Amino acid sequence: MLKGRPTQVDYQLEQRDRNFVGYHLIVAVAALLIGSTFGPLQSLEHAGIDLYPQMTWLVDNYYQGLTIHGVLNALVWTTFFITGFLTLCMIKGLGRRLRYPVLNWIGFLTMVVGLVITAVPLLAGNATVLFTFYPPMQPSSLFYIGLTLVVVGSWIEGLGFYLTFYEWRKDNPDQRSPFIAFASLVTMVLWQIATIGVAAEILGMLLPASLGWTSGMDPQLARTLFWFTGHPLVYFWLLPAYLSWYAMLPKQVDGKMFSDQLARLAFWLFLLLSVPLGFHHQFVDPGIPSGWKYVHFALTYAVAIPSFMTMFTVIASLEYGAWRRGGRGLFGWVRALPWGNPSVTAQLLAGILFVFGGIGGIMNASYNVNLALHNTAWVPGHFHLTVASAVTMTFFGISYWLVPYIVGKPLWAPKLALASSWIYFGGMLVFSNALHTVGLLGAPRRVPLGLAPYIPSEWSGHLWRVGIGGTVMYIGLILYVVVIVVTALRRKRFAEDEGVEIPVAESRRDVQATPVWLDRWVPWLTATGLLILLAYGPQLYEQIVNAQLNSPSFPP
Amino acid sequence: MTDDTPAAEGFDEDPSASSEPDGGAVVVEPDEHVHVDPYERNWMRIAAFTMVVFAIAVTVAGLALGIQVPTDEGRVDPNTLASTPPWSEPGLREIVPGEEYDLYIVARRFAFQPMEVEIPQGATVNFYATSADVQHGIKLGLAGAEGRQASNINIMVIPGQVSKLTSTFDDVGVYDYICHEYCGLAHHQMAGVLRVVPAEGGE
Repeated sequence: MLKGRPTQVDYQLEQRDRNFVGYHLIVAVAALLIGSTFGPLQSLEHAGIDLYPQMTWLVDNYYQGLTIHGVLNALVWTTFFITGFLTLCMIKGLGRRLRYPVLNWIGFLTMVVGLVITAVPLLAGNATVLFTFYPPMQPSSLFYIGLTLVVVGSWIEGLGFYLTFYEWRKDNPDQRSPFIAFASLVTMVLWQIATIGVAAEILGMLLPASLGWTSGMDPQLARTLFWFTGHPLVYFWLLPAYLSWYAMLPKQVDGKMFSDQLARLAFWLFLLLSVPLGFHHQFVDPGIPSGWKYVHFALTYAVAIPSFMTMFTVIASLEYGAWRRGGRGLFGWVRALPWGNPSVTAQLLAGILFVFGGIGGIMNASYNVNLALHNTAWVPGHFHLTVASAVTMTFFGISYWLVPYIVGKPLWAPKLALASSWIYFGGMLVFSNALHTVGLLGAPRRVPLGLAPYIPSEWSGHLWRVGIGGTVMYIGLILYVVVIVVTALRRKRFAEDEGVEIPVAESRRDVQATPVWLDRWVPWLTATGLLILLAYGPQLYEQIVNAQLNSPSFPP
Repeated sequence: MTDDTPAAEGFDEDPSASSEPDGGAVVVEPDEHVHVDPYERNWMRIAAFTMVVFAIAVTVAGLALGIQVPTDEGRVDPNTLASTPPWSEPGLREIVPGEEYDLYIVARRFAFQPMEVEIPQGATVNFYATSADVQHGIKLGLAGAEGRQASNINIMVIPGQVSKLTSTFDDVGVYDYICHEYCGLAHHQMAGVLRVVPAEGGE
């Protein structure tokens, strides 16, 4: 009945493919280390300890540090880790090498070249525009060119995924696509659809203006295009973490995937719903009718549904594993989870922080409630719980088995790895709670609050908590970097009979029982396109037709 | 850990779960509908119900309490603000004495025009704002400090666009209007003050 090459469940990556994934991780972790070093500088500044005057040999000011922090952590660490991790999941899931490894190499090198080109003006202080680079504030053209190449490189890697999947599908027409490969593809498709917005913004407006080809920009249209990308970008970060929570973490706790079907349905819903709701980042923008803002508010609430599904399914998988490990009781089973495993603990703590991040996210999305929150310190408080906790700590957890798998060496100092997660978790609770608090009191985001003349002295307790929490997080992060770097460089290798497996959980219900329509691309892609057209089409058309490129540029 | 372990209590063990490991030896018919655990079905109902309640609350606050977000108010050329009324003369305009005012604010690195405004208690103010250079924002008011007041005014101020929001000021005090979008190296110094003073004659 099976034609072609069937999927090998126990397929192991060839060493050259492991190395390819590893190179992504090297860039990602280097970016994280450099970018995060500015974290304590910023948070201590809030507490009144401004170290930036001592840092002028490296950066000119707070805002340059903040730009580097945002670009390296939110854009580089995530994108490189994710493309590397998804490459591994494609190869492992489909049980075969990439169709054209050279193509993916070209994509990766394009990303690296783009990163270097972006880094030059960033470090030289010619691109202090923060990671949203809102026009008409204008960085060096190199900043735009570099970012474009990073995105193009990731598109090429995505194309390599599609061609690999196409070949697998021809060989296995009747099989459900293996979940980890399926989830990787959805993430990549989501990313490619989403980045159309920022590509149009940069190539259609910002780059031509910075090269002097046009006389100005339309900042409102630029914001609309930016946030077309900006919100699904969040799901591009989250979905690889979900992939691990749905399909890998259950294996690590001796359980199974609670439901392959619902996991697929959730991923499809994220693809369908994460693009057409970008206006919820623009609730207080002037140039968008409030009716359209309301539509995007409603669609954002709809995307809460697959998020709630994820919460249930992931916790149910954990409970299932814990019961099989002998855990009992309504909540008592939690103790039976393998808390001694640093990979598991990092991801469990990530999930706990994400509950608060999710609640805050619903508040951000709540239309007029956003008046109390937009551009306040609440917002960085929020996204440090999502991208800097749920995503980043899950990537910490993944690294703790992934790096040993790549280098063939056991994890160095697992206890230190455990401590890293708990320290980071504790620091994040303090830091993020304090930022949420001062945000609700009215503190603006992206401001050196220690220097701002309007900050009342009554807030100093909260601002101290920002400083302390941020510093503690950095200690946790350094421990993570030390553990994986020493693991990669140590001499001790796995003995013949040892090793580490890529954790891939089987589903409780046979995967072949999953309905066929949950494994078909055309209907879901069509629906996604249609929904984007309906939710964005009329306003995009309106804003593009009425665009006025008359806003001249200003240096940062 | 083997599959002989007793099924966890409360989890319905699926009859189809015990297939061959290679997934192909046993022919499994695909389900017609998504198989959903009863617990999860109820959880989804609770989730959907919660979101509907939230949506109703937000909508009521918008329609009945009048807490609205800004809408499209048209454009203005950022290059000719100095010669375009009313932007050529930013400041407070009295519409109904003691009751309603229009306030025109021009944001320019790194100050607002005007920097200080005074209105009587109980007045309704229509805020209009635009930018003469880069993107700015206005968050009006701080909480948690003696004599300072917070408000619901929060708008982006974007070159080429007119931003408008309205609020009624029933509480006497100082309302800082703070630039909340990064606009350059002195962004943190960009702030003005709105004072709400007891109405003449006092109530």
